[in-house]
Amino acid sequence: MLVNNRPKCLRSFFQEMTHIRVVEETFLDLFAQGVIGGTVHTCLGQEAVAVGLISALNLDLDIICSNHRGHGHFLAYCGDTSSLVAEILGQPSGVCGGIGGSQHLQMKNFYSNGILGGMAPVAVGMAFAEKLKGSGAVVVQFMGDGAMAEGAVYEAMNMAALWKLPIMFAVENNQYAQSTHWNAQHSGMLEQRSESFGVPMVDIDGNDVEEVYHTTQHLINEIRTQCTPRLMFMRTYRIGPHSKGDDLRDPKEIDLHQQQEPLSRLRKKLDPSWVTSIEKQIRQEVALLVANLRKE
Amino acid sequence: MASYLSGLQSGLKEALTANRKVIVLGEDIVDPYGGAFKVTKGLSTCFPERVISTPICEGGFTGVAVGMALRGFRPVIEIMFGDFLTLCSDQIVNHMAKFPDMYNNQVKVPLVIRTPMGGGRGYGATHSQSLEKMFLGIPGIKVVAPSHLHATNDILKYAILNDDDPVLFIENKLLYPLEQHVHVFMEQSVEISGYPTVALRNFSTGKPDVTIIAYGGLSLEIVPLLAKLHDDELNVNAVFPSSLWPVPVETLTRYGAQCGRIVLCEESSAGFNWGSEIAALLYENLHGKLAAPIARLASASQAIPAARQLEIKTLISAQDIENAVWELMS
Ligand SMILES: Cc1ncc(C[n+]2csc(CCOP(=O)(O)OP(=O)(O)O)c2C)c(N)n1
Ligand SMILES: [Mg+2]
Repeated sequence: MLVNNRPKCLRSFFQEMTHIRVVEETFLDLFAQGVIGGTVHTCLGQEAVAVGLISALNLDLDIICSNHRGHGHFLAYCGDTSSLVAEILGQPSGVCGGIGGSQHLQMKNFYSNGILGGMAPVAVGMAFAEKLKGSGAVVVQFMGDGAMAEGAVYEAMNMAALWKLPIMFAVENNQYAQSTHWNAQHSGMLEQRSESFGVPMVDIDGNDVEEVYHTTQHLINEIRTQCTPRLMFMRTYRIGPHSKGDDLRDPKEIDLHQQQEPLSRLRKKLDPSWVTSIEKQIRQEVALLVANLRKE
Repeated sequence: MASYLSGLQSGLKEALTANRKVIVLGEDIVDPYGGAFKVTKGLSTCFPERVISTPICEGGFTGVAVGMALRGFRPVIEIMFGDFLTLCSDQIVNHMAKFPDMYNNQVKVPLVIRTPMGGGRGYGATHSQSLEKMFLGIPGIKVVAPSHLHATNDILKYAILNDDDPVLFIENKLLYPLEQHVHVFMEQSVEISGYPTVALRNFSTGKPDVTIIAYGGLSLEIVPLLAKLHDDELNVNAVFPSSLWPVPVETLTRYGAQCGRIVLCEESSAGFNWGSEIAALLYENLHGKLAAPIARLASASQAIPAARQLEIKTLISAQDIENAVWELMS
């Protein structure tokens, strides 16, 4: 059973987002200790996108195509922390037996890949398949601002609109692609591109989990009933490094965004003593889970 | 008797009839046009919902087919000219080929990519190549290329309906109009399920003097060459695997061992090609049993010219193969 029966209140959003944050901070620690290798792209600061969007889906039906920064998407989809951590630790009980690793996760209707933009046409094909089956499923395809420089994305948008397919392009504009600011690699406005293909766009604050949740609900309903694509453009910021290591951005810039990051914003709306106790509880749960898996 | 083309046409039609999960996608494939080489002619009239013309975005619609295959369909796509496979290579290598393995065999990608390769029609450098060598050896995919000694209907139908692995299906432009060549001195062996190797010899009894191993469009040159060499009283066995990757290595070794004189021929440009791998495998398996070094023939390593007289000089020819055969006998 997937997680779509969870309550959709501020407390549960906070709980899930904190859970993602703690799991990913743990990954960064494990990387620093040399316990895990390869690379880990964390979504610190972007948890509202994962939780708000995915909470609004019908998870028994809908399909998610994720990217290199997909741990948050995965956890919001299935909540199966143990199979994610095992995957990153390279263990057989991992969601892909350790073969996939951080960027290549697959479970039920969740698929991620590490080729920027490459999943956009694949997601369109999935939407085509579901339309032909008449299943009513919607496909959500996550991509970053950087991936929007890939040609495959525009081939995908064209076909999605031409064939009237049930797909939502979900753009996480965290302003950076690795070390490059979006305006150093894009000409024109990213958010305006999809409409020239006939894919309507909604531009929202991706750090506001409630806004992400309600907008997704609305768009998914439109996509499902009209069987036409949409693009949701979410403004956010990555407060952690691109992957495990160095971050060359101005620390002042990052500090400024710390105040806007989704968890601290949500925290202000909740009872402080509940927040303290739930944060403590999540940290303990994750630490225990990781410790147990590392014994294997 | 079916032609190479009509076998492909009927194979597609029978596959669409047999399984509602079969979908055909490609550029300009619907009627009345029916595809640049007419392989899909008539299909959209019979199956309007499942035969779909795409925009001109080979990488994009290859990805679409991958997504459909992941969600339970058995798509077939047509890439108008094999040269355009370069545009699909990311979807082929990093998506189609990877998903089953890297997702720990939790998914399947039953997808057939059909495309015509080869020169001889004056199309010039970007519409005449034999680029299949770029895709040989990639884990997780098969590369199949029937000659006109094969039943194209059976092989294509098998790839679409029965093979759960992704298949790159290479056709040859010059073979399309040819009737399937059948002969009493022909035998078939199936080492790779669904993809037979056909051997044609020009003698009734005894052993071959030389074994030619080739694939795809070169059957057009080699069948008449066998008759000519018969008149010259040379026993030759010509072996055409339809599976390039994986390699039917035991079958090729068995034929190669019959005389120890082997000519490997292919139309792709010389250097790092199919014959390089086949030669290496045969040297390993036939060490000490070869009467002469293996001869390897391919087309010249240059852009294929458009002008007839220049193109002919660039591509591998029957004369090249005949020369190599006599060289081995000398
Ligand atoms: C095709 C391709 N090119 C380059 C990379 C290397 N790479 C991984 S993530 C990344 C930046 C991506 O930026 P964006 O799409 O904005 O996503 P973000 O990392 O910000 O979440 C790059 C260049 C890749 N994985 N795939
Ligand atoms: Mg980015």
